[in-house]
Amino acid sequence: MALENIYDHGILHNTELTQRLLNEYQHNFPVTRTPYADIAKRLGVDEQTILDLLKELDKKNILSRVGPVFRPNRVGVSTLAAMAVPEHKLEKIADIISSYPAVNHNYEREHHFNLWFVVTAENKELLDKTLQDMQLETDIRIMSLPMEKDYHIDLGFPLKLLQGGRSHD
Amino acid sequence: MIDERQLISVLQNGLPLISHPYAAIADEINSTEDEVINYIQLMQEKGDIKRFGLVVRHRKLGYKANAMVVWDIAEDNVDVLGQCFGQFDFVTLSYRRPRNLPDWPYNLFCMIHGQDKEDVKRNLNLMIKSCEVQGVKHELLFSTRCFKQRGAIYIHNETSDKVAV
Repeated sequence: MALENIYDHGILHNTELTQRLLNEYQHNFPVTRTPYADIAKRLGVDEQTILDLLKELDKKNILSRVGPVFRPNRVGVSTLAAMAVPEHKLEKIADIISSYPAVNHNYEREHHFNLWFVVTAENKELLDKTLQDMQLETDIRIMSLPMEKDYHIDLGFPLKLLQGGRSHD
Repeated sequence: MIDERQLISVLQNGLPLISHPYAAIADEINSTEDEVINYIQLMQEKGDIKRFGLVVRHRKLGYKANAMVVWDIAEDNVDVLGQCFGQFDFVTLSYRRPRNLPDWPYNLFCMIHGQDKEDVKRNLNLMIKSCEVQGVKHELLFSTRCFKQRGAIYIHNETSDKVAV
């Protein structure tokens, strides 16, 4: 898989370092007093290099954040919600939904149910209230599909850099 | 004593990119660096934290296509197939969710990624073949626009209250 977008952004001064950082620290990030210095030591560079690279990835929107992914429903509750929105209203409705801090992912998908978003809350009562508020504000029914069982959750995935930044196959 | 709710509230925004990030978090919640570190390790051991590290936006990394594939699976087979689908490295989520009849007959959901739509379709075919679900009713919902993507905010404070539209 390619990181060609990084080349497009022109930020990769050190492709090997970026690849190792992204691949080795989606998991097992050091929970130590000086995590960035510890990573730097492992990768054979200095702390400032790692901090600068992470800031760069953050600025380019490639890095969402450094931190925990909580197990679903262990900390708070969440649900996957879907709406069937008339095409001409989609952008407006999507903006309303995105404006709720309780929403983290909000995507248009190719389907009769064309707006899909994840709503989180501290407890079920607050979650239900948020869904109700959304329905009132948008006048569109929400289909709520809370997770019942998780077989596999985002464990990060392996990223490979293309040599020279482009695939030729 | 550390206030778990406060700690999560700060952690969900991500670590600051400075030498002593855990000390900065401790300052925010009137705790100490060691307490914060120990508590995070405890949450990892308990399984409350599934992974801890860099969270990257796949779309920015050349994984331009992603789709949700949804399946209508007989109750007895959901567990086996949920696990079977979850083992591919292009599948980031495999969840059972309720059906919502008559509008929505699907009860198993997977997020699959690829470099483009064709790649995603190839990946779907691989899942169908490997897990032997030829003929099982399913739909592939490609995502076309991303309106919002960030970490989950479970705990709201005054500053994260709803922004006026």
